[in-house]
Amino acid sequence: MVYVSILTMAVVTYLIRMVPLTVFRRKIENVRVRSFLYYVPYACLTSMTIPAVFYETGSVASAVVGMAVAGLLALRNRSLVTVAAGACAAVLVAERLLL
Amino acid sequence: MKKEFFNGLRDGVPIALGYLSVSFSVGILAIASGLTVFQGALMSLTNVTSAGQFAGIQVIAAGGALAELALTQVIINLRYALMSLSLSQNLSEDVTIRQRLAIAFANTDEIFAVAMGHGKNLTFSYMMGLESLPVLGWTAGTVLGAVAGEVLPASVSGALSIALYAMFLAIVLPVARRQRSVLLVVVLAAVFRCALYYLPMFAGISAGMAIIFCTVAAAFLGAWLFPVTGEEKEM
Repeated sequence: MVYVSILTMAVVTYLIRMVPLTVFRRKIENVRVRSFLYYVPYACLTSMTIPAVFYETGSVASAVVGMAVAGLLALRNRSLVTVAAGACAAVLVAERLLL
Repeated sequence: MKKEFFNGLRDGVPIALGYLSVSFSVGILAIASGLTVFQGALMSLTNVTSAGQFAGIQVIAAGGALAELALTQVIINLRYALMSLSLSQNLSEDVTIRQRLAIAFANTDEIFAVAMGHGKNLTFSYMMGLESLPVLGWTAGTVLGAVAGEVLPASVSGALSIALYAMFLAIVLPVARRQRSVLLVVVLAAVFRCALYYLPMFAGISAGMAIIFCTVAAAFLGAWLFPVTGEEKEM
């Protein structure tokens, strides 16, 4: 069943990438449609992260600490890898201190 | 031809290195959600998309229906259609349909960005060079993360599983600070998602459907209130 799921995801994702490169090659002119597509990644990443992230680590508190550190690093325009490593380290430290 | 391919390979090195670390956390998450190392690797090799795989893993773990899984992929990966459209205009005239079928496979955010930066008249050889190492890096990182997820103690893999969320935050936050419309979309999405998550009357809605609904609603409101006029940089 998992393999059928993986195949479904792969086919859908490939079609989305493939069709505009081969069949449908016109530019999208409609401003509303373009705007919608522009905002989708931000809306989607947010709704996948909140509130799920708070139940991903050992405790809600450590997740909050981890995301706070990630937020600070992100606002200082650090690279993705730095932000991720900082968040992981903060969670580990927070869980040590809270125990 | 050979030179073009090697130029692509060279430009793909930094993407591949970045992918190693992002896909490491995808691997961790795959194991934590009940997938095997092989399944995680297969998913990365055939999908090559961080947010799509992430949502897919959530839906699979929640036992969601195939139609729901497909719909989450459509919504979350719709941006690739825009990128493929733009990329299509920059491909060299002599790139055949069959070659386009191959190029489409790994048209990710980063590969698209680098290809567009490379300029007009992109050749098939360059695109193949550009895509090979990132796909390898993406798959290898997933395997490493999945294996690590299997052997590391729960407390450590719990801490590591926050990595992907932290990266999402790092993508969204700087843009949200610059652009108030994006900030509004982000806040709306968070409020909608929390409402669906915590309010008992929405308890029957699955994770995948909730993500779809919140994404569409927040992006629609954003587009309606703040239409983007200029040629904004696409993610």
